[in-house]
Amino acid sequence: GKKEYDLLVIGGGSGGLACAKEAAQFGRKVAVLDYVEPSPQGTKWGLGGTCVNVGCIPKKLMHQAALLGSALKDAQHYGWNIAQPVHHTWSVMAHAVQNYVKSLNWGHRVQLQDKKVKYFNMKGSFSDTHTICGLTKAGKETIVTAEKIVIATGGRPKYPMHIAGALEYGITSDDLFWLKESPGRTLTPFGFNVSLECAGFLTGIGLDTTVMMRSIPLRGFDQQMASLVTEHMESYGTKFLKRCFPIKVEKLESNRLQVTWKNTDLGTEETDSFDTVMWAVGRAPDTESLNLETVGVKTNSETGKIIVDASEATSVPHIYAVGDITEGRPELTPTAIAAGKLLAQRLFGQSSELMDYDNVPTTVFTPLEYGCVGLSEEAAVQCYGSDNIEVW
Amino acid sequence: DYDLIIIGGGSGGLACSKEAAALGKKVMVLDYVVPTPLGTSWGLGGTCVNVGCIPKKLMHQAALLGQALQDSRKYGWQYEEQVKHNWEIMVEAIQNYIGSLNWGYRVSLREKSVTYLNSYGEFVEPHKIKATNRKGQVTYHTAETFVLATGERPRYLGIPGDKEYCITSDDLFSLPYCPGKTLVVGASYVALECAGFLAGLGLDVTVMVRSILLRGFDQEMAERVGAHMETHGVKFIRKFVPIQASMPGRLKVTAKSTEGPEIFEEEYNTVLIAIGRDACTRNIGLETIGVKINEKNGKVPVNDEEQTNVPYVYAIGDILEGKLELTPVAIQAGKLLARRLYGGSSIKCDYINVPTTVFTPLEYGSCGLAEERAVEKYGKQNLEVYHSLFWPLEWTVPGRDNNTCYAKIICSKHDNNRVIGFHVLGPNAGEVTQGFAAAIKCGLTKELLDETIGIHPTCGEVFTTMDITKSSGQDITQRGC
Repeated sequence: GKKEYDLLVIGGGSGGLACAKEAAQFGRKVAVLDYVEPSPQGTKWGLGGTCVNVGCIPKKLMHQAALLGSALKDAQHYGWNIAQPVHHTWSVMAHAVQNYVKSLNWGHRVQLQDKKVKYFNMKGSFSDTHTICGLTKAGKETIVTAEKIVIATGGRPKYPMHIAGALEYGITSDDLFWLKESPGRTLTPFGFNVSLECAGFLTGIGLDTTVMMRSIPLRGFDQQMASLVTEHMESYGTKFLKRCFPIKVEKLESNRLQVTWKNTDLGTEETDSFDTVMWAVGRAPDTESLNLETVGVKTNSETGKIIVDASEATSVPHIYAVGDITEGRPELTPTAIAAGKLLAQRLFGQSSELMDYDNVPTTVFTPLEYGCVGLSEEAAVQCYGSDNIEVW
Repeated sequence: DYDLIIIGGGSGGLACSKEAAALGKKVMVLDYVVPTPLGTSWGLGGTCVNVGCIPKKLMHQAALLGQALQDSRKYGWQYEEQVKHNWEIMVEAIQNYIGSLNWGYRVSLREKSVTYLNSYGEFVEPHKIKATNRKGQVTYHTAETFVLATGERPRYLGIPGDKEYCITSDDLFSLPYCPGKTLVVGASYVALECAGFLAGLGLDVTVMVRSILLRGFDQEMAERVGAHMETHGVKFIRKFVPIQASMPGRLKVTAKSTEGPEIFEEEYNTVLIAIGRDACTRNIGLETIGVKINEKNGKVPVNDEEQTNVPYVYAIGDILEGKLELTPVAIQAGKLLARRLYGGSSIKCDYINVPTTVFTPLEYGSCGLAEERAVEKYGKQNLEVYHSLFWPLEWTVPGRDNNTCYAKIICSKHDNNRVIGFHVLGPNAGEVTQGFAAAIKCGLTKELLDETIGIHPTCGEVFTTMDITKSSGQDITQRGC
């Protein structure tokens, strides 16, 4: 029969919102479902997805706070007389950042309204291939039907469940940006871009910060650049525990956290206490509550991500996926936005243009920022052979 | 005696000399700085290093850091309320750095076996120059080929009191005392950049403009640059020219309106004249050997291989007629010239689509044509101009300057929407513009730009999502994300 909506988007993040707004431009009846399952620590946020609430935006603002700390030091050399000591108050920064993020949540709601996209603050799951069951926080159920459905539920930080105490006592980036009080002395495993970026700005605002890495930093990135990044961080005060992995986390009487880890170089076990342990061990696709098996949307058995073709189509006709949830795509806001827009243009406009995922530029906002586009040196050597490349 | 003698040890001259020496030639460089009316002088390296790009950008940075100090409080940094700037500390630090560059250049020339004379060079007969050092000692030298790279010096107003009481950029960067309440005369990029950083350091600054801002630049962008400066405390007196500077107590300036009989008078601590620069070609004996110069501005016309009308005399850098007065242009021209002369190369310097940036408080980067020039060249109906305002994420927390930064690209409709003009007004404009300049050299079109994925969150990404055209008349005011 006739479906309520032409397009239903599950997930109000970068990809989902871009797709929904673009489809609405073609005069289509569009709805967006967005729901934030609170983190294990209880943190939640508004419309806009990872980037706006617990990703790019707060990350870059806190990075800026740290850069300004450096600027204060430089300023004295340029003739500005600033009385020492200078100190940083977490709650002032966090409050300002959180307020800005909330203004963006508001802005997104207004935009959807302006573009006549219906917004449901509900958690969606598939009842059948054209029907979504939406559940509000209070437990109320709403059934929504649509001709076409786009899954854009993104990802959430992983917890290392095999480490005792990880879930009870640790936090993730989901929580860090919403902390009202300073995280204090912090440990952040394992050297991915999130952990380095966070460790970087925490050090920059004056906190005692340690990064624990089992093997290499910034896996997947050019390794020469990665070590330049970490060397710089080290020279500016971030501590690195290299070739170590955590075994357990316990809570002390003082409320501090005691972390025990294995030092693989020395073959010994070591411990130290921290105020905060922030896990940055990778992100998992948010598909659990979607009920994908019911409708037959195929996912990658290893990563759990949704398998899509070059047109963002899943294994089920008229069900599509964009953004961090999709297998083999970069986990970046601009690619999700572009893919979402192009998808809407193909579905409802006259376009046949596919998304080009080649040569997508990106930047790691560590204290010394690292920007790149194209191949890492290792990938280039693998791809072309070292005889066929010249490196300047 | 020499294969090559270069008169002028600045950006162009040094680049050319080192390249020629690397190709095995016997090279001499003469460099000599005629002191300013106030007695200021400096070492090897030319305008850029001593009284241009380098000290300018460092003082601009000092001013930006002043702004950073204010922003930092909103980001949670706390320190004593009263923060003041000490001019002398800044000048000493900058002069020390410049000194290290002067030293570096001397070492570099020595390492490359280039003979360096700190002497004033002038032609006395074909293939022969006379070199006079500071003490008045004279030597003579001959060469197969000569390169003129003498650059320029600031022009004075030609009014009573200008040389006695006023300074120029030649003096500003090593001024041993804080300039205090300053009048900047002129609306060149030098004038606006200097006025900008002086105001940023907390000084009372006024700019006196005869007609338009940043002549030769895109005027819409120029007005935005000026508007931002005005919002941030720089005073502008437009359509006036100074007619007298005197020193009855403090420095008094008398100015006349260009549109009527109105007279303006005010006292300042410092008057900085930045109305333009004149080529140093009048007193180096060019008439003796027949090198033609433009009598009006002293500039040297050359062909596309930098050759003057006298076959063994070439010219590069700021003294060239009709070319851009930029360090990287001079360096490139100098290197390629040496390679053509001695390295068997035939590559000529490409002066098209040279990117540049004006380091005013709100920086302005551009590459390609100004909108006016594009309209002149192609006709308005053949152009599509895309534009957008943007708010750098870093400015949201301090809550400043919303809807001030501006991005604009000009596309040629009948050439596949080729990007022929790129303009950005915002922080780090130079960094942003550099990358797009390479893209423009590769023939960037609007389609390619749209296919380029942005980096988030940055200012540069605004160029990858520009949808609104000027012709549509749509509002570009930003509301939220």
